[in-house]
Amino acid sequence: MISFTLNNNPIEVDADPSMPLLWALRDVLDMTGTKYGCGIAQCGACTVHMDGSPIRSCVMPLSAISGKKITTIEGLPKDASHPVQQAWLDNNVPQCGYCQSGQIMAAVALLESNPNPSDEAIDTAMQGNICRCGTYPRIKAAIKDAAAMQSGKQASQHAESPAQHFDFNLAKNVGDNA
Amino acid sequence: MSRPLQESPKALSRRAFLKMTGLSATGLVLGSMLPVSLPAWAHTSENHSKDLNLFVSIEHNGQVNIICHRSEMGQGIRTSIPQIVADELCVNWEDVNVVQGLANEAYGSQNTDGSRSIRNFYTKMREMGAMARTMLEQAAADQWQVPLDEVFAKDSFVVHKASGKRISFGSLADAAAKVTAPAVDSLTYKSKKDFKYIGKPMQIIDLPDIVTGNTVFGQDIKLEGMLYASIERNPVVGSKVEGFDKTAATKVKGVVDVYQMPTQPSPVLFNPMNGVAVIANNTWAALQGRKALNITWGASEHSSHNSEQYLTELNKRIVNKGKSIRARGDAYQAIEKAAKTHSATYTMPYLVHAPMEPPAATAVFKDGHCEIWACTQTPQSTQQNVAGALGIEKDKVKINVTLLGGAFGRKSKPDFSIEAALLAKHTGKPVKVVWSREDDIKQGYYHAISSQHFIAGMNDKNQVESWVQRTAFPSISWTFNGSADEPSDGELSLGFGDVPFAVSNLSCETHKAPAHLRIGWVRSVSNIQHAFAQGSFVDELAVAANIPAHDMWQQLLGEDRKVDPTKEGFKYGNYGEPLDNFPIDTKRLKHVLNDVVSKSGANKATAEGEAWGISAHRSFVSYVAVATKVRVKNGKVEVLEMHSSIDAGTIVNPDRVRSQQEGSMIFGLSLALMGEITVKDGAVQQSNYSDYQVLRMPQSPKIVSYIVESDEIPGGVGEPGTPPVAASLANAIYRASGKRIRDLPVNKHFTV
Repeated sequence: MISFTLNNNPIEVDADPSMPLLWALRDVLDMTGTKYGCGIAQCGACTVHMDGSPIRSCVMPLSAISGKKITTIEGLPKDASHPVQQAWLDNNVPQCGYCQSGQIMAAVALLESNPNPSDEAIDTAMQGNICRCGTYPRIKAAIKDAAAMQSGKQASQHAESPAQHFDFNLAKNVGDNA
Repeated sequence: MSRPLQESPKALSRRAFLKMTGLSATGLVLGSMLPVSLPAWAHTSENHSKDLNLFVSIEHNGQVNIICHRSEMGQGIRTSIPQIVADELCVNWEDVNVVQGLANEAYGSQNTDGSRSIRNFYTKMREMGAMARTMLEQAAADQWQVPLDEVFAKDSFVVHKASGKRISFGSLADAAAKVTAPAVDSLTYKSKKDFKYIGKPMQIIDLPDIVTGNTVFGQDIKLEGMLYASIERNPVVGSKVEGFDKTAATKVKGVVDVYQMPTQPSPVLFNPMNGVAVIANNTWAALQGRKALNITWGASEHSSHNSEQYLTELNKRIVNKGKSIRARGDAYQAIEKAAKTHSATYTMPYLVHAPMEPPAATAVFKDGHCEIWACTQTPQSTQQNVAGALGIEKDKVKINVTLLGGAFGRKSKPDFSIEAALLAKHTGKPVKVVWSREDDIKQGYYHAISSQHFIAGMNDKNQVESWVQRTAFPSISWTFNGSADEPSDGELSLGFGDVPFAVSNLSCETHKAPAHLRIGWVRSVSNIQHAFAQGSFVDELAVAANIPAHDMWQQLLGEDRKVDPTKEGFKYGNYGEPLDNFPIDTKRLKHVLNDVVSKSGANKATAEGEAWGISAHRSFVSYVAVATKVRVKNGKVEVLEMHSSIDAGTIVNPDRVRSQQEGSMIFGLSLALMGEITVKDGAVQQSNYSDYQVLRMPQSPKIVSYIVESDEIPGGVGEPGTPPVAASLANAIYRASGKRIRDLPVNKHFTV
């Protein structure tokens, strides 16, 4: 039995201690928001936070998380009110969506450690998260927007919801700002 | 600022789920079959909806259910299809609930590939929306006892023009469902100026679920009592299991069964590969069990296949005259008389899709019925193939389509669903087959390795008068017939036999190329290699003629005209479309090229060590040009900017057209810089993202996309953006460094 804190709730899991956290989350705890992509810490689809730092849950055995504090995508606000989630909505970032839980968790961790990251800092922090659909330019733009939101400077061009008002800004060239 | 979601995830009762999926109608015993996690596609209310037609039903509370019969894999189709229907239906977007369609021939093709969801269904979807709207209007007119032309639908209500009184769609649902469906030719449609959703950048409907981790992909399905299977498959096509250690695998904690898959017949088709399945209580245990199998594999006729040696042989063959598939004038005679000639051979390696979500399917088999949940691009062929494998009638197989975590053509092969069905039948329990990343890389349906040779003759005014092009690559047809040893007309229709150049003498030829791996279609298919070679050769001719690349493109594309390759002997497929509706229009190709050059500044001077490259290509009846700017310094290529311009005719969701262009550029850049599958002794040598590298954020350049405003019929969007990318990159590298790359990927020559 392994005990840890999952999204602020204490939890016990009865599973093989060598089982990676990823499979415990997905198969044992039915929390499928965290995705499997490679199993060898190459793609970042399984990114969660351990004591606030981003980790690849696919290579983290349960035995190593005993007593730790784990946060998954399900631990972010369900109303998507976190600035990173908001920025993702504003920039219409995802395509297929599969890697996005990992991308969002990596971005949240980045902004917690570096509230105003440069392009290079974003590249460095996000280089372990693959997106095969090619949403990188929008992820980068969204991280910058989230940073601005967090520091109270609302990105002015995203003040209205495009979905509600058909704001053509949504179709802007993300590269213009990237 | 916190913003409300468009649709909050609704708790879903068992009854609602069963109703939505129609499970209760199949006669299955369903007590255990409600997915543990509630899928995004299962949202519905418990009201009784009234069907107005195959795609539209309305609930008493006003919710309008619109079927999306195409698979969502990142292109945004679950938003775009309903956009079209909703616009003609005059329903408020907030009232729309999207229901993912099951496999059902009545919808027409559900095969979500070939960049054709909008192309093939734009008109049909408008029809469905207009039909439902007319029925609602008729129901209101009947109720008010006024003529039909005195009422109109607007914002989920039908309004009486004279009095201004109105009645909601929900209140009209019962009556409207009883109205006789109007004839299609009697329907009226909105004019473009009145479009409320079509042509507008709508937010994708699954976005709120994606950012809260509430999505359900094929890998995410869980049924009560479900087992997890992982299959060790043959490393070499055709190789059979000769022995394995069942005892050792069974001893692994959590493993409940070990099962040898049936022998794969030839041709390979979509049949599961030879192998041994480990069935366990969880994915991890199944993966561990595989390691203990210690399978002995038999020899195969493909065991001697080595990709490097194979490509050398193709390269030797390709410099000789091949089998003609299209000809104009006498290219060889003209080359002999030419003032200047130029030739080049281009190669590309095998590629694999590597979508972020490896294939996965879950199956239940009970009382002669089978139900599947899968991330499939092709529900109908999944249904047909599963039925065939189980020996039951097609109507006893039900296919639920989940979200697809990327696909790029991989998930249009239903092999993984057949595996799940066979294992469900074997165990009598629900089984999820989980492909690992290694499985995905090592046992894929590969993009063909290829060699191409080009020869051109120019006169003393640097005008190209003769053009010879040859191609050789193993054919997808081999996968289906086990005998094809040369490119098919279908593959040659993808950017080869349809070459649009205005040269007086032309010869398009092919050479033999036997297959040794499962060959499949990967995003834009043979256009990948054809556009790389063609776009590179145009640039080489510009260099030879000492003129700007853009000028050489203009010269070769010639006057505005419509090209018909069938008049020169080629059996041209034109992506399944008639040439009169979808001609090869050189004017449109020139326009996107001009557009991207002028907007990107690709014709402007650059700093030392930096340069632009351009290329253009028509595919999936759309036109795309790409301009790429690179810096080459100290043996390293850095891609600085990529711009694309697309003319895809009428478009539905400009934001998703842009996102597809962004993604296509990154997909093309990824394969051109690093994409390479190599084969040794018949087996693929790569295994994961560690050695099959794909583009990462630091390599991703500034990206800009332009959409040509057009009222033409909709063309493809998902694939046409990829073909011009590799050539634009190689051309930029040449102009920045003097190094001409004719054998991809680029990382054989430069650090990337």
